[in-house]
Amino acid sequence: MSVTEQPGTRGEGWVGQAIRRKEDPPLIRGQGNYVDDMTLPGMLHAAIVRSPEAHATITSIDKAGAEEHPSVVAVLTGEDLAADLAGPIPMVWSPPGVEIKTPEHWPLARGEVKHVGQAVAVVVGSDRYAVVDAAEEVIVEYEPLPAVVDPEKALEDGSSLVWDGFGTNQSHEWSIAGGDAEGALRDAEVIVERRVVNHRTAGAPIEPRSSIGDPRGDGVTLYSSTQIPHIARFVLSGMLGMAEDKIRVVAPDVGGGFGAKLQVYGEEALVTALARRLGRPVKWTETRSEHMTTSHHGRDQIAYVTLGADREGKITAWKVRHVCDFGAYFQILTPFIPELGFPVAGGCYAIPNMKLDFVGVFTNKFATDAVRGAGRPEQTHMVEVMMDQLADEIGISPVEVRRRNFIAKEQFPYETPFGIVYDSGDYHGSLDKLLEHVDMDEFRREQADLREKGVYRGIGLSTYVEVCGLAPSRAVGPQGVGLQAAFWESAVVRVHPAGSATVYTGTSPHGQGHDTGFAQIAADRLGLDPANVEVLHGDTDQGPMGWGTYGSRSLAVGGESVGRAALKVQEKAKRICAAMLEAAPEDIELTDGKFQVRGSPDKAMTMVEIAGAAHIPPQELPTDIEPGLEETSFYDPENFVFPFGAHACVVDVDAETGKVEVVRWVAVDDCGPAINPMLIDGQVHGGVTHGIGQALYEQIVYDDEGQLVTGSFVDYALPTASEVPMFETDRTETPSPVNQLGVKGVGEAGTIAASPAVVNAVTDALKPLGITYMNMPLTPMRVWQAIEEARGRDGGGPARTEQGRDVGEHGQGAAGSGPTSPGEGGAP
Amino acid sequence: MSERVPVRVVVNGEVHESAVEPRRLLVHLLRDDIGLTGTHVGCDTTNCGACTVHLDGEAVKSCTVLAVQADGGEVTTVEGLSGPDGGLHPMQEAFWEHHGLQCGYCTPGMIMAGVDLLTRNADPSETDVRHALEGNLCRCTGYQNIVKAIQSAAQAGRGAEVSA
Repeated sequence: MSVTEQPGTRGEGWVGQAIRRKEDPPLIRGQGNYVDDMTLPGMLHAAIVRSPEAHATITSIDKAGAEEHPSVVAVLTGEDLAADLAGPIPMVWSPPGVEIKTPEHWPLARGEVKHVGQAVAVVVGSDRYAVVDAAEEVIVEYEPLPAVVDPEKALEDGSSLVWDGFGTNQSHEWSIAGGDAEGALRDAEVIVERRVVNHRTAGAPIEPRSSIGDPRGDGVTLYSSTQIPHIARFVLSGMLGMAEDKIRVVAPDVGGGFGAKLQVYGEEALVTALARRLGRPVKWTETRSEHMTTSHHGRDQIAYVTLGADREGKITAWKVRHVCDFGAYFQILTPFIPELGFPVAGGCYAIPNMKLDFVGVFTNKFATDAVRGAGRPEQTHMVEVMMDQLADEIGISPVEVRRRNFIAKEQFPYETPFGIVYDSGDYHGSLDKLLEHVDMDEFRREQADLREKGVYRGIGLSTYVEVCGLAPSRAVGPQGVGLQAAFWESAVVRVHPAGSATVYTGTSPHGQGHDTGFAQIAADRLGLDPANVEVLHGDTDQGPMGWGTYGSRSLAVGGESVGRAALKVQEKAKRICAAMLEAAPEDIELTDGKFQVRGSPDKAMTMVEIAGAAHIPPQELPTDIEPGLEETSFYDPENFVFPFGAHACVVDVDAETGKVEVVRWVAVDDCGPAINPMLIDGQVHGGVTHGIGQALYEQIVYDDEGQLVTGSFVDYALPTASEVPMFETDRTETPSPVNQLGVKGVGEAGTIAASPAVVNAVTDALKPLGITYMNMPLTPMRVWQAIEEARGRDGGGPARTEQGRDVGEHGQGAAGSGPTSPGEGGAP
Repeated sequence: MSERVPVRVVVNGEVHESAVEPRRLLVHLLRDDIGLTGTHVGCDTTNCGACTVHLDGEAVKSCTVLAVQADGGEVTTVEGLSGPDGGLHPMQEAFWEHHGLQCGYCTPGMIMAGVDLLTRNADPSETDVRHALEGNLCRCTGYQNIVKAIQSAAQAGRGAEVSA
């Protein structure tokens, strides 16, 4: 339950405190600095001409009308900008031994368009409104081609092709196996098969993307709402053909990411190239409609799951074939995202035989890529839903089926059949704690009483394990999983002459609270108050290279790096202190904010005094101690970390309308020792809400022609305050042996846990009606249809229904019906 | 679109006179012309509420109000909530205290919606608060701590004050 012992690391006790956030005062005053808030001298605005066609050849582009517009400075097409770009938008996954067909992807289309919203031309001018007017004057002629929309039909012989040159719509196939899944399935006493659809969603941060290219001499600065400024510089260097030292990327305040800003977008290269070409700053800010159309989507996979078990419910085999809809082009990680879930396939259960196949498919849609959880929600959803299906099949409870399959506490570190080593865990412990909050017997009595009154109440469990803390570079890098990147993290801790400190982190927060949490970590190790520790990030010119914020990595990799750099500073401070107090460095301890000689509390120095001596050395300080008080850490973890937990969701389903209401949520999460419990709760609240959104309301829908139906917040329904309950949160603390802090990530845990809990709860509620299985999103329409279908059956017993197959599960069909109109409320 | 019409708006107590295109949105007048960038734009369709300000004492979504409609009116933005001494408004203080924000982008709109609610209902229930916030979207917080913050400001009894 405690932070790994380090000399002096716990003296101040800031770690573990729910102190309020350092980043809040400017944000609550309206003094944040988001990219669209910035106006640079001479700045121009860009508007983008986008394709209304899902698939077409561009036959002509007439720019004359736009160019005549008085405030327009330039109108440029893909061909016009060809010389400004040295390389296309990269995709960085190259798994050893697997060929991935990768289309060339430029910021502006060159001769053809492959999805609705594809950028065809850009209009630059001095007025935000005028460039939008002028963009409408760009006349583009298209020769439409057949659109490929359904990923499964796309794989059939004779399907139209997204890319003729590939001769197929399949991008690649990637497989992994451990044990003998086929053999174990042959021997299994019970087989459960389901087709589990994880539909297409949007990241939908409330801040739309915004980027400004700003020329400076022979270099350029990009201000961008990104989660990955350092990676963006690395990528832009290739796209622009410029050395990295000439490129500065700044992520100022960023208004949420959720994966949608874990990307290097064509528009970021575009404004940077335009700024260089035109010699003036150029800003582009996406509209919400553009966000829904051309900020990457997430999920969108159909999984054929086969589970084998014995009659006691012990799972012996797990086999999944995933069909993954990638859209037409790849963004930076597109084909990797489904596979990113493989380390936690099988969840927190000891399954000896496993096999996964992933098939990637091109369609005429925008790219999928990382959205909160990225591959892990998909794996977790299917395994947690399947646990309940298995429980039903053999007639035991959802609690019992989980207990019979959990990896036991004594088995950690636990190696999965895929060779992944779960670092630490106590899955029985988190479920037990959950059940302290949720009395299942009492719930079943209440449920039965309510059914007498016509209320369909259900409970759903989700006992998840997540893999995060990206990552051991050699495991995921070129010779490992095949990402052409690394995932260590950097930190600089600099104590200033008067004793305050600045921390630089290579992670790049957008709401998580690093300024506060990392300050707490550093403060304990420096003998300072977090108020005197400033945390800086998001500027490639300010600190060393880092890899950004995503994959719940910031604390376990970036925070750990801060801790290590601060310990180095502490060690030097002790040497200085020892020299000044004529003691041995090993006798100096940090206690109550003072560096003191062990056993002689009157002989002590504060960090303020030590910092003064470090910067303005007195005669007593030996010359072999370098001046200054600053240390750098580059930390590459030896393993991932594996947070886990147990969630319970209670729903009421209106059997007449199909409307699902979440009436209770209990979350027990374990992310190791808390740095700041307030921040953990906040991440869980938001993460679970994101998962509820996917389970009940949110869906990106394309129609049969590849037209986006859900192009705004009118059609793409985020949960509002009225759709979620007060979440009841609790924690267990199982330290990770991977890092000194013992910590694991928590940013995605809620989202990963949530969607199967909702689906299991709705299924539990509707069992009396003969409904045993449903796919998300559980919109009123889908639930109502399932109820109608079940009522229409001739008493044929609880069939394995797969309701909703005709409603939008491939990302096409009717729009997901959301909650009450989000436009209602306190303001007109 | 070159025709411009004069607009006079009192924003946070200061008079602003300008000539704008009739189609210019109030939010752009505030952000781009007056430089008050605390009011944000999060959607095109009046769903997200990040642009919520008070116009003549009522919450409005400034992306759906033309600048000319505000002519002669008084606007309060999040920047106008702090007292003349720079002290935080009780609602701002409550958002800080209860971790009612993460990325901060929806926050000005949430705070303005919260203050507006308390002018109409000094002691809102949890359900009242949630209903009042249906026009304000947050992707980070799951709303829980926003609801707590607004109820806490209500209990402090001063959450409806607008100092500007």
